[in-house]
Amino acid sequence: MEEAVRPPAGGRGLGRLAAALSRTRAALGDRLADLFGAGSVSARDLEELEEVLIAGDVGAEVASALVERVREARPGRGEDVRSALARAVAEAMGPAEPLRHAAAPPTIWVLVGVNGSGKTTTAGKLAAQAAARGERVLLAAADTFRAAAGEQLAVWAERAGADLVRGAPGADPAAVVFDSVRAARARRVDVVVVDTAGRLQTKEPLMAELGKIVRVIGREAPGAPHECLLVLDATVGQNALSQARLFGQAADVTGIVLAKMDSSARGGAALAVRHALGLPVRLVGTGEGAGDLEPFDPLAYARGLVGASDGGAGEA
Amino acid sequence: MFESLTERLGGVFARLRGRGVLRPEDVDQALREVRIALLEADVELGVVKAFTARVRERAVGEEVLASLTPAQTVVKIVHEELVALLGGESVGLRYGEAPAGVVLVGLQGSGKTTAAGKLALFMVRQGRRPLLVAADLVRPAAVEQLRLLGERVGVPVITPLPGETAPQVAARGREEARRTARDTVVVDTAGRLQLDTALLDEAAAVVRACGAGEVLLVVDAMTGQESVRVARGFADRVPLTGVVLTKLDGDARGGAALSLRAATGLAVKFVGTGERPDALEAFHPDRIASRILGMGDVLTLIERTQAAVDPGEARELGERALGGEMDLEDFLTALRQVKRMGPLEGLLGMLPGMGALKAAREAHVDERELARMEAIVSSMTPEERRHPDILDASRRRRVARGSGTQVQDVNRLLRQFEAMRRVAREMGGLGRRLRRAGLGGRALGPGTGGAGAAGLGAPPVLPPPPPRGAGRRRRGRP
Repeated sequence: MEEAVRPPAGGRGLGRLAAALSRTRAALGDRLADLFGAGSVSARDLEELEEVLIAGDVGAEVASALVERVREARPGRGEDVRSALARAVAEAMGPAEPLRHAAAPPTIWVLVGVNGSGKTTTAGKLAAQAAARGERVLLAAADTFRAAAGEQLAVWAERAGADLVRGAPGADPAAVVFDSVRAARARRVDVVVVDTAGRLQTKEPLMAELGKIVRVIGREAPGAPHECLLVLDATVGQNALSQARLFGQAADVTGIVLAKMDSSARGGAALAVRHALGLPVRLVGTGEGAGDLEPFDPLAYARGLVGASDGGAGEA
Repeated sequence: MFESLTERLGGVFARLRGRGVLRPEDVDQALREVRIALLEADVELGVVKAFTARVRERAVGEEVLASLTPAQTVVKIVHEELVALLGGESVGLRYGEAPAGVVLVGLQGSGKTTAAGKLALFMVRQGRRPLLVAADLVRPAAVEQLRLLGERVGVPVITPLPGETAPQVAARGREEARRTARDTVVVDTAGRLQLDTALLDEAAAVVRACGAGEVLLVVDAMTGQESVRVARGFADRVPLTGVVLTKLDGDARGGAALSLRAATGLAVKFVGTGERPDALEAFHPDRIASRILGMGDVLTLIERTQAAVDPGEARELGERALGGEMDLEDFLTALRQVKRMGPLEGLLGMLPGMGALKAAREAHVDERELARMEAIVSSMTPEERRHPDILDASRRRRVARGSGTQVQDVNRLLRQFEAMRRVAREMGGLGRRLRRAGLGGRALGPGTGGAGAAGLGAPPVLPPPPPRGAGRRRRGRP
C-alpha cells in the first residue's frame, strides 16, 4: 500500500509560483485580450489562438486539437474563450498527483533527464523539503561523470542536513545506488533521493546504464523506485517528446518535474508530453532556493500557458 | 514522426507531377508542410511566418525543371533561403588585442561551464594560450567543475577569492593573463534569466572588467519557442557578439539557431556535439539547414570519414577483400576505422531520411557491440586471425574467456565474418569476370564491398543508385 505525501507548506510557495507565472501571463493576456476582447470568435481568431499555444511550445498537433475543443464549446465572449481554453488545458493535464511514498521506509525517488535540465538542484530541493518535514533523508550522488557533480550535491546535502552517499569520479553509478539503498536501510532513512548524470536520450549505452541503476534499486528494495521523475527544462521545445519517450523506455519514468518555471517559458512541452504519453507533471521548479519546488497545480499551469487574466494560482 | 521534409512535400506534390510551373495554391499547400516541419524543429513562430512568406514569393511561378520534381524545387528554395538566413559561411572568433576576453553568458543549465572548457581546448589547438576564469559564484560547485575541466584540458583556472564579486574575479583574471603572458581570457558566468535585469547588469560589468571583445550567449539546442525572447533579453543589456549552440549531439533539430539569427542577427559561432572536451565544432550554416529540414548532414559525415579513414589502408583493405584474402586482421582494421569516426548513432543521424531517433530505435546500433567484437578478435593469436579456420572449440572457449564474452558471441562473430568474406569474394570474382569480358570493371572497385550484398541483385555494370534527395546533385549538366 502506498500513501500520498503531504504537499510542502502551502500558501507562500503557491504565491511565488503565481508571481512567476504572472510575468509571462501579463504579456500573453494582452495578446489574447486583443484577440477576444469583444464579440464572437471567428475562425481567424481561433487560428491565432492556436498560434498562442504553439508559441508556448505545446506543438502544432496538440495546439490544433485543443483549439478544436474550444471551438466546439462555442464561446461567445473573449473571457469565455480563455476560460474554455484554460479548462481544456487543465483537463488534459489531469489532476495533481502527489509523489508516492513507500508503505515502509525507505521511500526512493530517482531523478533522470538530459544535461542541464535541473536534476541536481531538484534533488537538493526535494531533500531539503523532506528534511524540513522532519524526515531523515539520504542523497545518492549517482552522477559520477560530470566534473564536480558530487560536490554540487554535497553542498545541498549540507544545507538540508541530509546524508550523502557518493562514489569516486568515474565509479559505476549502479554501485553508488546499491550502497545508498543499503546505507538507507542501516541508518533507518525515510527518503532516498537519487541524482543521476545528465544524458542525451539518444545515447544508447548511457540509457542502458540508467536502466541498470533502476533495476539495481528494484532488486535491493522491492517496489522501488517509488517515483522515477524526468526533469524537463521549462524552455524545452519539441525535443521533450523524444526525451520522455526514450527515458520512459529506459527507466520507467512515472512523472515529470517541470524545472525553471520562473523563466519566461510557459512549459507547454509538458502538455505535449502528457498528450502523447500520458505522463503527469508532479512538481514545478520556480527558482534556486530550497523552497522553490512546488506540487503541480493544473489550473495555475493552464492559466499561465494560455494567459488567462482572471485570478491566479492563489485561488486555484 | 521526423520524416524528412522532402518526403512530405513529395506527398503533397504527387498529384501535381508534369505541371510546368508552380501555382500559388500548390505553393501554399507545400508551405503548410514547411511550416509544420519548422515548428517541429523549434523554429520560433514569428520567424517561421516571415520565412514562409519569403519562400512563397520566390517559389510562385518558379519553373519546374524537367529533371526535378516540384517537391525538390521547393525544398531547394527553402534550403537556400535557410542558408541565406543563417549567414553564408561560418564566423570565427575575433580576438583583438591580447589579452583578449571571451565571456560566456546564458540561462541556467545551457552548458556554459562545459562550453568554457571546450573553448579553452579549442584555443589551445589553435596555438593560443588561454586562461579560464570561474566567475559563477551562484551554483554550488560550479567553480570546482571549471577547475577540474581546466585541469583536464591543461589550462590554468582563476578561481574567486572569498568576498570577491564576479566582475572583480574577471578583472583579476585579465591581470593574471597579462602577468603570465596568456593571450586569451575565457570567463564562465553564473546562469541567469533574461528577465533579471540586475543580474544582466552584473554580466555586463563582467564583460567590461575583462575587456571582452566576444560575448557569447550559450543556448541549449533543445530550446523551444523561447529562444528569441531569451536572446533579446540578454542582448538588451549585454553586448552579445555570437551564440554557442550546445547539446547538438542528440536528436534536437536545433531550430533555435535559425530563430536567433533571424530575430536578433546573432550568428552561431560554435556547436557542442558531445561530452568530451574536444566536442566543439565551428558552425556551418548549410549543414544545420539540412538538419532543420530533416535532410541529414552528409557533408559532416563525409568529412568525418575522410578524417578517420586512412586512404591507403582503405584501398589495400578493399583489394584484399575483393581478392578473397580478407582475414580477421583486416576485419579488426575496419572495425577500428569505424570506431574512429565517432559515435555510430551520430553517424546514422547524418544520413538523409534517417532521424537520429529513428535510427536509435530501429537500426539499434550498439556501440558496445563494436567494443565486444574488437575484444574478441584481439583475444586471438595472430595465427588465428590470419587463419580463422583453425579456431576449434577449445580455442573458441579460450577466446571467449579472454575477451569476457560467451562462446556463442565468438561463434556469431565468426559467422558474420565468414558471410562478409563470401560476399566480398563473390564481388571480386564478378569484377574479374566482367573485366575479362571487357565490361566496365571499374564499377566494382574497392569500396563497393560494403554495399555488396544489395548490389549483387542489380545489373552489375550500373553504378550504385544515387542516395535519396539526390536532387541536390552537385555535378549538374552544364
